[in-house]
Amino acid sequence: MDMDRNSLVEAYRRMRTIREFEDRLHKDFAGGEIPGFVHLYAGEEAVAVGLCSHLGDGDFITSTHRGHGHCIAKGVDTAGMMAEIYGKAPGSCNGKGGSMHIADVDKGMLGANGIVGGGPPLACGAALSAKKRGTDNVVICFFGDGASNQGTTLEGMNLAGVWKLPVVFVCENNGYAETTSYKYSVSGTDIAARARGFGMPSVAVDGLDFFAVAEAAGEAIARARRGEGPTFIEAQTYRYYGHFEGDSIAYRDREEEESFRSRDCLSRFRQTVTSQGLVEAADLDAIDGAVAAEIEQAVTDALSAPDPSLDSLTTDVYVDFPASQLWMFQDEPVRV
Amino acid sequence: MSVVTLAQALNRSLEHALAEMDDVVVMGEDVGRTGGVFRITDGLADKFGPDRVIDTPVAESGIAGVGFGMAVGGLRPVLEMQFMGFSYPAFDQIINHVARIRHRSRHRFTAPLVIRIPYGGGIGAAEHHSESAEAIYCHTPGLKVVVPSRPGDAAGLLRSAIEDPDPVVFLEPIRLYRSVKEDVPDTSFTTPIGAASVEREGSDLTIIAWGAMMKEAREAAAALVEQGVDTEVLDVRSLVPLDVESLVASVQKTGRAIVVHEAPRTVGFGAEIVAQIQQRCLYHLQAPVERVTGWDTIFPLKRSEHVYLPSVERILAAANTVLSA
Ligand SMILES: Cc1ncc(C[n+]2csc(CCOP(=O)(O)OP(=O)(O)O)c2C)c(N)n1
Ligand SMILES: [Mg+2]
Repeated sequence: MDMDRNSLVEAYRRMRTIREFEDRLHKDFAGGEIPGFVHLYAGEEAVAVGLCSHLGDGDFITSTHRGHGHCIAKGVDTAGMMAEIYGKAPGSCNGKGGSMHIADVDKGMLGANGIVGGGPPLACGAALSAKKRGTDNVVICFFGDGASNQGTTLEGMNLAGVWKLPVVFVCENNGYAETTSYKYSVSGTDIAARARGFGMPSVAVDGLDFFAVAEAAGEAIARARRGEGPTFIEAQTYRYYGHFEGDSIAYRDREEEESFRSRDCLSRFRQTVTSQGLVEAADLDAIDGAVAAEIEQAVTDALSAPDPSLDSLTTDVYVDFPASQLWMFQDEPVRV
Repeated sequence: MSVVTLAQALNRSLEHALAEMDDVVVMGEDVGRTGGVFRITDGLADKFGPDRVIDTPVAESGIAGVGFGMAVGGLRPVLEMQFMGFSYPAFDQIINHVARIRHRSRHRFTAPLVIRIPYGGGIGAAEHHSESAEAIYCHTPGLKVVVPSRPGDAAGLLRSAIEDPDPVVFLEPIRLYRSVKEDVPDTSFTTPIGAASVEREGSDLTIIAWGAMMKEAREAAAALVEQGVDTEVLDVRSLVPLDVESLVASVQKTGRAIVVHEAPRTVGFGAEIVAQIQQRCLYHLQAPVERVTGWDTIFPLKRSEHVYLPSVERILAAANTVLSA
C-alpha cells in the first residue's frame, strides 16, 4: 500500500479518535446523562477509516445505528457529535436526533440511521445524483451483517448493478445482529458471495487490518470513480462492547471476545507503521494525548451545553408551513 | 391468581396459548433464545422449541409476509416487531396483503395472525423507538387494533387476539410493561375485543384514553375527584372495532369529554372519537370536546420528551376548559 506519512498519521488519528470517543461513552453511559440507545463502534475502526481515508468532502457515506465511527472517519466534528449524543442544543443536529441520527451534509455524511437497512437505497440515490451531475463523487454504503438480510439492501445492490452506480457496499460483518449470530441469520453465511450474484466484484477482507481494508477500498473507489459501477466489500470485524450500552452480552463468550481483541486494529496499525519506520512511536503517542484532550473537552462542553429550546420541537418538520396551521402550543396554555 | 406486571402477563398468555393451541407459533427478531428485546417471549423457546418460537433474520417485511402465509396456510402466528418504527418496513405486507386477503378472496382465505408491536414514548429515545402510529393501522380496513393498559387486559386481550379469526395489531405500551401490576388469573382467559372498560364511573366529565396514556388519565381523574369533579374514566382498549355504545353512553351522561392520546394530533385516533361523539351526543354536550395529544412533530429525544408527551397538567388544563365552558 502506498500511503504517505501524512495519510498514515491522519488515519491513525481518526481511528484513535473513534476508540477514545467510544470508550469514553461506554464509561460515561452509566452516569444516566446520555439519552436513548447508544451503539458503540469500538473494535471496528479500521473499516470506517480504511474506507473514508480515500474520500473527500464531496463524496457521500450512508451509515447505520452504529454510526459514530463513520462520522468521525468522514470528518464530522467530535464536539458537535458529543453534544448531539447528549441531546444538547449545540449538537450536530441541534440535539434533535441523538446518537442514532447524526448527520452532516457539509461532510457528505448522509446520516446515521435507526432503521436497519435504511442506508442502501439512499446510497444508490445519492450515487445516481452524483452521476447525473457529472461528478466523479462516490458513495460508501456501510451496513451490518443483520442489514444484509433486509429487502432494501438487496434492492439497493440490484439497482446499483443495473445502473452501474458509483457505490461501494461495505458490509461490516461483526458476527451478530443484536443477539443473533450471522451463522444463523445469513443463508449461505458467505455475505460477499451474495454480491457476485448481482454482477459486481466482491471481496471479503480482514476488517481488523487497516491496510487490507484500505487496499480493497482504494480499488473499489477508483473503479466507482471511473464509472465502472459498484463493488462489494465484506469487512470481517467485531464490536468490543454490547449491541447497545446496557446489553448483558449473554450470546457470545469471553474467549471469542479475547480472540478478536488480541488482533486489535489500532495495536496492529501501530505495530506495522513503527516497525517499518513509517511513523515514529512518539508521534503516535502525541496523537493519543491530543485525542484524549479533545474528547475530554467535548464531554465537558456537552455536559454544560444548553438543552434544545422547547420551541425547537416545531422547527425543521417542514421547510415551509403556514404558521397559523401549527398546532403546537397554540391551544394549550400549559408549558412544562 | 398472582400479581404480575404487564410484561409478565403477556409472557404467561403466550405460554398458555402455545401450550393449549397446537397451531400457535411465535416469530420475530431475537424472540427465541434471547426472549425478545423486552423479554416478552422469555423462556418460551426453552419450553416449546425452535419450531414454535422462531428467531428470524432482521427482515420485517419478510416476517409479516411469512406470517401472512403461515396464517393463510392454517397456523396462528404471533409476530413480534421490536418497536413501532420497525413495523413500517412491514407495511406493504400488512396493508396490501394481511388486511385484505379475506375480502379479496371472497372469504375463502383468512389471516388469523397477531402482530405485537411495542409502542409509545417514555424511554428517552427519539423517533421510531417511541412513536404511536395506531391511527395508521386503524385506518386500514381488515385489521383489528387492540391496546391494553393493564396486566389482566393484556393477557385476556392477547388470548382473544390469538383466537380471533381476523388479523389483529396488538399494541403494547412500552412505558407500562413493568410499571403496572395487578392480580391476574393463573390459567388462560379471554377479554372480549371490541369492548371498552369504564374504570371509574362519574357524572361530571369523561376522560377517554387508551394504552400508556391511561396512567396520566387515571392520575388526572384522581386529582379531579379530589377537587370535587366526579370524573368518569374510560379505557377504550379496542380501537377497531370501537365500542361506540360505551363512549356514547358515558358522554351522554356527563356531557363533557376529553380524549387523550400520545400520537400526534392531526388525524390521530382521537379525531375519530370526537367525530363519533359530536354525531351521537351533540345535544348532550355542555362543552366542545377537548383533545390532549402529542404534537404534530417528530417524537423528540429525552430532553423534550416531557413536553411532547401529554401530562397530567395538560389534562387538568383541558378539564378546566371543558368544565368552565
Ligand atoms: C428495521 C429495523 N428493525 C429492527 C431494528 C432493531 N435493531 C437495531 S440494530 C439491529 C441489528 C443490526 O445488526 P447489524 O446489521 O449486523 O448491525 P450491528 O448492530 O451488528 O452493527 C436490530 C435488529 C432496527 N433498528 N430497524
Ligand atoms: Mg452485526
